[in-house]
This record gives sequence, C-alpha cells and structure tokens, in this order.
Amino acid sequence: MNLTLKIWRQPDTSAPGAMHTYQVEGISPDMSFLEMLDTLNEQLNEKGEEPVAFDSDCREGICGMCGMMINGQAHGPEVTTTCQLHMRSFKDGDTITVEPWRADAFPVVKDLVVDRGAFDRIIQSGGFISANTGSAPEANSVPAPRDKAMRAFNVATCIGCGACVAACPNGSASLFVGAKITHLGELPQGQPERDSRVVGMVGQHDHEGFGGCTNIGECTAACPKEIPLDVISQLNKDLRTAMKHGH
Amino acid sequence: MAFLDGTTQVTKPPVQVSDDARGYYTLGEPLVDPVAPTGPIKDRWTNRKFENRLVNPANRRKMSIIIVGTGLAGGAAAATLGEAGYHVKSFCYQDSPRRAHSIAAQGGINAAKNYKEDGDSTHRLFYDTVKGGDYRARESNVYRLAEVSANIIDQCVAQGVPFAREYGGLLDNRSFGGVQVSRTFYARGQTGQQLLIGAYQAMERQVAAGTVEQFTRHEMLELVLVDGKARGIVARDLVTGKVETHLADAVVLASGGYGNVFFLSTNAMGSNVTATWRAHRKGAYMANPCYTQIHPTCIPVSGDHQSKLTLMSESLRNDGRIWVPKKVEDCDKDPRDIPEEDRDYYLERIYPAFGNLVPRDIASRAAKYMCDEGRGVGPAVKEVDKDGNEVMVRRGVYLDFADAIGRLGEDAVREKYDNLFDMYERITGENPYQVPMRIYPAVHYVMGGLWVDYHLQSNIPGLFVAGEANFSDHGANRLGASALMQGLADGYFVLPNTIRDYLADAPFEKIDDSHPEVQAARQDVEGRIAKFLSINGTRSADSYHKALGNIMWEYCGMERTEAGLRKAIDMIRELKADFWTNLKVLGTADSLNQSLEKAGRVADFIELGELMCIDALNRRESCGGHFRAESQTEDGEALRQDEEFAYVAAWEWGGEGGQPVLHKEDLIYTAIEMKQRSYK
Repeated sequence: MNLTLKIWRQPDTSAPGAMHTYQVEGISPDMSFLEMLDTLNEQLNEKGEEPVAFDSDCREGICGMCGMMINGQAHGPEVTTTCQLHMRSFKDGDTITVEPWRADAFPVVKDLVVDRGAFDRIIQSGGFISANTGSAPEANSVPAPRDKAMRAFNVATCIGCGACVAACPNGSASLFVGAKITHLGELPQGQPERDSRVVGMVGQHDHEGFGGCTNIGECTAACPKEIPLDVISQLNKDLRTAMKHGH
Repeated sequence: MAFLDGTTQVTKPPVQVSDDARGYYTLGEPLVDPVAPTGPIKDRWTNRKFENRLVNPANRRKMSIIIVGTGLAGGAAAATLGEAGYHVKSFCYQDSPRRAHSIAAQGGINAAKNYKEDGDSTHRLFYDTVKGGDYRARESNVYRLAEVSANIIDQCVAQGVPFAREYGGLLDNRSFGGVQVSRTFYARGQTGQQLLIGAYQAMERQVAAGTVEQFTRHEMLELVLVDGKARGIVARDLVTGKVETHLADAVVLASGGYGNVFFLSTNAMGSNVTATWRAHRKGAYMANPCYTQIHPTCIPVSGDHQSKLTLMSESLRNDGRIWVPKKVEDCDKDPRDIPEEDRDYYLERIYPAFGNLVPRDIASRAAKYMCDEGRGVGPAVKEVDKDGNEVMVRRGVYLDFADAIGRLGEDAVREKYDNLFDMYERITGENPYQVPMRIYPAVHYVMGGLWVDYHLQSNIPGLFVAGEANFSDHGANRLGASALMQGLADGYFVLPNTIRDYLADAPFEKIDDSHPEVQAARQDVEGRIAKFLSINGTRSADSYHKALGNIMWEYCGMERTEAGLRKAIDMIRELKADFWTNLKVLGTADSLNQSLEKAGRVADFIELGELMCIDALNRRESCGGHFRAESQTEDGEALRQDEEFAYVAAWEWGGEGGQPVLHKEDLIYTAIEMKQRSYK
C-alpha cells in the first residue's frame, strides 16, 4: 500500500505546531498502525529529518501508553488501541490524518506525545483503597457477591489511555473517573472511603481543567475497553449520596 | 520426594570439568551468600525477620530510598516503604507508573492457599518451583517465596483487586502450567493488569501522602557509588533532556527483564537492561544471564516490519492440535486442502504420552526443528542462516481447532477461547474458527539478572534488586503464574523486611551533587549522550537492535551450540565496533528524543548479548530454558550435568575490552532431592 500521511508536528509544549505531509510506500496490510509509523521514522532518519515522536510501550493493547487521533477518531476507525489497529483497515492510496489527543488537560509534549499526568493526580486524590501492606485480613474472610465482583472487574479493565477525553467535545474525563468509582464502589473493601473518594476525584478532575459531562456518549464509543456509559451515572449517584452525607 | 527438614543428606558441591568458554573469561573467587539463613527451612524467614534490625519510625522519614521501575516489584516496594514512613523517590521511563509491563501478564498468580483442599501447601509450591526451575535456584529463597504467597492474595484483595469469584462470593482458583493442584488466582486474562493497578493505586496514595515522590518519563542512566556504597542514580528527564542526579541512602532496581536483547520478544517496546547493566558495569554481578524463557504459543512474525510479538495463553494447547505438512511443497497450500495423511502432528508423534501438552521448552524447540527442515507455514520471512547467508524461511506451525470444534461444537470453543481468538484475528486478519491458527515461539521472560543475596542485596552495599531484574527464585526456568507472585513477594514482603537491616546503619556520610564521585557519574552520562549524537554515521539504533536480535535468536535462542556461540560472540563484537562508528542519531540532547533513548538502550543490549553468549558457552549442560545441543539424552531431551554445573554463574564486569570474571555460587540442597525430568 502507498499512503499519504498528514501528521501534526510540534517541537515542544510552547512552540506552535503544524500539519506536515509525508508519503510512505510498500506498507503491508499486516503492519500495525505503529509499525507503519516506525517505517516512516526509519525513512525520515535516513533522509536526515527528525523522526515523529509518539508514545507506545506494550503494543498489545493493555498498557494504555499509545493513542492518537486518526482521521479525527480517537485510536482510529476500530474499537481498539492504536497499537492493535492494523493497516488492513485502510486502502491503498488513502490519505490519513494523525494528530495528538485533543484536550486542554492533556498538553502536547512533542508531536503526537501528550502529558496525561492529570490522570495520576486524579487517582492520587482518592482512587484507591487504604490498606497498608501487612494489615490485610484473610482474603476469603470477606465474600464479595459474584455479580458485583464481575462488574468491578469489567470497569477495572480501563487502561487510562485518555481516548475518552480526546473523543469528548467537552474534554471530560467522566468515563475514566466513573470507571474507578464503580470498580472500587462495587467491592465490600471499597465502602469505607466511598464518599470521600468520589468527592476527591471529582474535585481534582475539575481542577485539572477537564470539562463536564453532557451525556453525549462519544467517550464510550471511543473506549478500546468498551467501558459502559453507566459508570457516569454511578459517578453522579455516588456524588449525590456523598453530598447528602455532608461532604 | 522431599526430605524432611533437618536431615543430614546434602547434595555435593559441583566440580566443573569442561571449559568451553576458555579464552573468553577469567575464573574468580567462589561466591557465597553472606546472609544465607540456616536451620529448618520452614523457620528461616520467620527467624530472619526477627533478627533483622529495625529502624525507629521517627528516623525513617530522614532516610531516602530510590526505586527504579514501577512494575509489581517496584510499585509494591514504593507503596510499602512509603507507608512505613521512608522518603521514596520512584522512577519510570513511561508517562505513568501504571504502564509498567507487569500489566501485560495474562494468566494468573500462584499462592499456596489450599482453598481447594487438593493437597497444596507451602512445601508443595516450594517443591514445584525448585523442580520447575530445574534445580538451579536457591532453596531458601524459593521457600520464602512460597511462604509469603498467601499474604499477597490477602493484600491484593484488601486493595480491591477484582479476582474471579465463585457464586458464594469466595475466590476462585484454576490449575495452570501443568501443575496438579489449583492454586492460581486470576482476573480473567488480565491478572497482571489488575495486580499492577492495585500496586499503582497504593503507590499513588503514598504520593498524595507525601512519602513517595514520583518521577515519570525519567530514565536511569548511571548508578552513583560513593565509597563503594550505592548512593544514588543519574537520570535523564526524557521530556527536557536534563541530566539529573538523585541521591539517597539506598537504591532499589526493579527495572524488569532484558528479553528485548532479542529485539523481538513479548516485552514492551521500552523494556531494557540499562539500569541493571549500568550497575553491572559499576561492579554488580550479573547472574545466569543466559537463562531465557521462550514461550511456544505466540503469534508468528509477519514480516521485516515486525516490532514486537504477542503471546497467547498456552491454555490453547489443551484443545488445539499442532501440526505441519509432511511435504515441503504443501507448505504454501491452504491448510484445509491438505489431507489428513499428509499432516504431521509431530508432538503427538514424538511424545505420545504428553502430546501437545509437553513443557514449554520442548514444544518450542520442536517447532523450530520443523521450520528449520523447511516445513514451516505462513509468510516466509528474511533471516540469516548459520553460514551468514540471507534466506527466506517460514516460521510458523499450525495450531488447529477443527477437531475440538467438531467434538465440542463451535460455541463451546468460543466460550473457552473467545478473547484469544479475537486477538489472533485482529493481529493476523485470519479467522481461527475457519483456518488453523499459526503459532511460533517467542522470547518471553528472563530468569537471569543481577545477583542478590537472601536480602535481595547485590554485591554492592546499598544496591537492592527486585522482581525480574534480579536472578531470582526461578532457577533455569519459571513456572506459569509465578512471575507475578515473585514481583509482589519481593516488593510487598521481602524487601521492606531486609532493607531495614541495611538502613539501621544509617545515617551514612552526607553527600551532595558536588561530591567528586557524583560529578564523575554525571559527566560520564553527559559524555555518552554527546557521543551518540556526534557519531553521525548512517544507521539507526533500531537497525543495530534488529541485527543484534537476529544473532541472539539464531545462536543463543532455543538451541545453543559451542560453535554457534563462538561465532555469535565474534559477530556481536563486530556489530559493537560498527555501532560506535556508524550510528546515526538525529535531534538534540535537550528535548524529547526517542532515537537517543533507543541508542543508549541498544548500546547496553549489545554488551549484555556478548555476556549471555559467554555464559551459555560456559554452561555445557541443558537445564530449564537453556538447551545446549551437546548435552541431551538419546531421545533429544535436555540433560542436566549436576556434578559440574549445579552452581549460579555470577559474572563480574571485566572492564572495557577486558574479560568477564566468573564467580561460582554452589547450589546445595538439603530439603529437596535433585531429579531429571521425563515427558515420554
């Protein structure tokens, strides 16, 4: 396959960026999207032009490090991570537009690399269960209903990639926060801190400059792990309950 | 049969007769673990925890610990030491601690809970792990691992790790990796992810509490030694390019394994050896570097562009049948058009008792032999043969579910393997319900790593090593679902109880950035970065990495021979010389520069590759993941040489251009009897 790539290049956070056009030839449909970019970078290096910076690590769809807007869609046309998107999803002769995640709360570091440190800070503000090492009771001393444990697991599969934020017209991270609230809130161990967790995480979310949720649903459509929209309802419900309790 | 504790029967120390690696190394003084415990094996850890000195809580906040890596070992250690009140500085090269590659582990985590009442116990987990490691691990360390395994599950459940549960709400277990008891806890096929998120959240809680300082997008490039003690690191801020020194009272390396020395592996793109290799060059011993685990069921290479390999759970071998065409000319046919009589179900043919369920290393080697014969399937990929010629070889064998679908129905197969089949289809574009899967072995885990004593301290005082980065508890081969167990055991329970004995000697000499040894370490790093950028040759770091990977895979992969390893050492030395004269790195030192990051990692992989070949050359025996063609039974089975090689090979850096120095630590077993395995 021969392709035309339009890629956002930006030297650093403060410098202005622009779209640049590149041609790549001989792309195999079996390549992943990132291997296609590797091929481009090898060509750029040979020509003496600095390679395009982009994030990736596990390249098996689980670490959440990769992510870019491909033809305006977070992670591109399939419901998966960018590293698991393959070139057979495109046609010979296509022009593909590649941009970094778009959100105020994710400033561009360079080219396609963004700073998602805000997600770590949201977790720091309550996305945990306080259980010091060594203080845990026997694991089976607290049974957890199977259906609740399964719901907890399903939403705990969030990989923190940020596609939900990038896809949202408001730049909201409600799906990310809702997934964590639901994961920990469904388990008996998560109950003691349930109110303070939601209040802390929502406060930090807003403080970081993420937008509010207006129930558009782009987040869940873009989510490579298919986290359902109802975690945002859960988030709102838990927040309301916490407020009632005087938080 | 395991002996009861306290018997007087002890294995004999080995005496090496063969000397294949003569001329490549110097023999150093024998090595003993200075803190090895004694007494009945089941009391050793309990006693040691009591004997190790304590640090007063008021003093802990005055002490600082650097931890490099945020996977299960590093993340768990940062959380636990932070909770204890120490000042922890945590480093990772990724943009968040949650990205560490522990996240990709699929299957599960072992623990001797005996919830199934099926005869499991600490002693049985200990026994299985030593035996699985082909009697090349220290028995005291392995016993401790088995002992703390149950605490790990308690800890993770308390943190909210959503393990699979039964209808009554209690935890579910499954059997894994061919063991006869069900001791594996799991969270569907994403156990590593859930455990890592648990450790990450515990660590972030400490960041909020102010005990842990987190440095993301930072890469350790040098270890700082002051008066022979590990006192800090030099790290590069990968965003600004700034070279920084960070000083502390102790340094913990939990930086993972070095499987990416093979270029293609199931490791993450950024997984690298730099942290441990820089420590090795500063004097830390590298133990058993040649012990590599190669996993038989990975998705094959599809072409030159391949950047990494993806593992599929080996549970697939329970129902799939492995075969290749009998005739070379059938290899490019549609497999469905090849009649039954023209198929060679080679594992069922060679190993009738175990068939498709033979251990990982046997299944892997057999697939290689079939493809070497020209009977591989799938796309032909370019490789370099033993004589240095470029050839096109098909590297794949079929894993066929047609029989299982016929016997159980497609729905039943879908229920068991749906996510794996989907993943396969996404990567290859082929539907495995209709066309047989293609699989091929891939590098997956390394058992080798920095040498540590019972306290996880290296031979450098104040330098501790945890998780896959140390030479660990797995001997020559790791059992399934044991990597997660070891990472968390080290991080949550072992290290916090041993590092305090070292820190009890604090306060150490006060140092700051102006100390000459700190300055020198920093200047070394800056000089090296400037060198990479100034060579201005023609080849990218990636192209060297691929070339190194080809050499390692061909000569130090599934089967190793004396002649092949000697050749590999020569080729690596040539590659190294070319690297330092013909490398091309664009961009600048003071910005995000991924080519520069790669160059540093590849430079270290090249040196490691040479040491791995020397270690493999010296070890003229087959054990676990290390198969020397010269040491096999008449049936082609791996043959250990206990009387010569029941030792840990700990290698000391011999200086630039010098020979590495081999220190041998004899493995003596008092609680377990050494046996050869058989799968016929």
